[in-house]
Amino acid sequence: MDYNASDADEATGRTPLAKSASHGLKIVVVGGFGVGKTTLVGSVSEIRPLSTEEVMTEASRGVDDDSRVRGKTTTTVAFDFGRISLDASNVLYLFGAPGQERFWYLWDQLFAGSLGAVVLVDTRRLKDSWYAIDRLEHHKMPFVVAVNRFDGIDGPQPTLARVREALALADGIPVIDCDARLRESSKQVLISLVKYLTRLSDAARAQRVG
Amino acid sequence: MSPRAIDRETPDRFYTITHGRVPGDDHPLDIVSLIVAERDPAPGMQSEHAKILQMCRTPTALVEISAELQLPVSVVKVLLLDLLDTGGVTARHPLPSLSAASGPTGLQLPDYDVLKQVLDGLQRL
Repeated sequence: MDYNASDADEATGRTPLAKSASHGLKIVVVGGFGVGKTTLVGSVSEIRPLSTEEVMTEASRGVDDDSRVRGKTTTTVAFDFGRISLDASNVLYLFGAPGQERFWYLWDQLFAGSLGAVVLVDTRRLKDSWYAIDRLEHHKMPFVVAVNRFDGIDGPQPTLARVREALALADGIPVIDCDARLRESSKQVLISLVKYLTRLSDAARAQRVG
Repeated sequence: MSPRAIDRETPDRFYTITHGRVPGDDHPLDIVSLIVAERDPAPGMQSEHAKILQMCRTPTALVEISAELQLPVSVVKVLLLDLLDTGGVTARHPLPSLSAASGPTGLQLPDYDVLKQVLDGLQRL
C-alpha cells in the first residue's frame, strides 16, 4: 500500500482533493475474487482504498421501470476504488470491480465513459477471465491484460504468449506481467493501458483523415 | 476491506432517506462527478444533505460521498439531485471523454488530448 496516510485530514480521516480539481476520469480493473484488484488499486492510490456499493434494481436489468414500487427485490454489487491526482484539474479514479455476472448489469450505470479497463488475471485461473473479456468486448471497452505474478507459485508459469493464446486475445491487445503489490509495477500497467489507448486513438484519427 | 454496514441494512433505510425516489435516466451525475458545496449546512436540514455539504467544502467525487456515507451510489444521486436543484452544491462533470468517432475496431475511445494528459500525469508519479 502506497497511499500516504499523513496527507489525511486528522478530523475526518479523508484526504481532500485540490480545490482546482475539475475533471474526474475512470479506469476499471476487472478480475475474479482474490486476484489482487484491491492490491493493485491500493498500490498506486493516494488514498486508502475505499469500498462502496450500488443497488441493482429490476430497472437496471432493463426489464421494466417500476422500481419505485416499495419492496422491489434488489441486489447489491460492491466495488473498491482509489484515486490519483494527475495534475491540478485531472483526477483519475481506479475501480476494482468483480467480474461476476450480476455486476455487468451495472456497467453502464457505473462505468460508462471509462477510459479503458485492465483485466487482472491469475494464471492458475485463466478461465475466470473469459467472461470479463467477453463482456468488455460487448461494451466496446478497450482493455489490456495484466498477469499478476504472485510469489509462491510452484513450478513454471505460463508465458505471456501462452496466456494470450489461452484467452484468445485479438492481435494488438497488450498482455503484461505485473506485481500488483508494487506501486511502480501497477503504475506501469496503467501506463501500458493509456499508451494502448493512445495508439488506438491515433489509428482512429488516421482512418478519419484517410 | 472492512465489513460493510450496508450489507446488513434493510432497503427501508434507503427508502426513508430518498422518500422512495430513484434517480431518473436524464440526470448528468456520474460516479466521478466532482461535487462542490456552495453553502454551509443549515439547521433542520436532512442529515445526509448536511453531511454532503460538510464533505464537499473541497471537491469530492460522488463515489467518495457514497463510500463515506455508506450509502449506495443511486441513493447518493437522489440526495445530490436535491442539492443541485436548490443550489446547495454544484457539480463538475467529467468531460465527454469519448471521441465522436470510435476506433477501427469499433471500440469506444477517449479523447486524444485527455489521454495525453493522463499519460503525463501517470509518468510523473
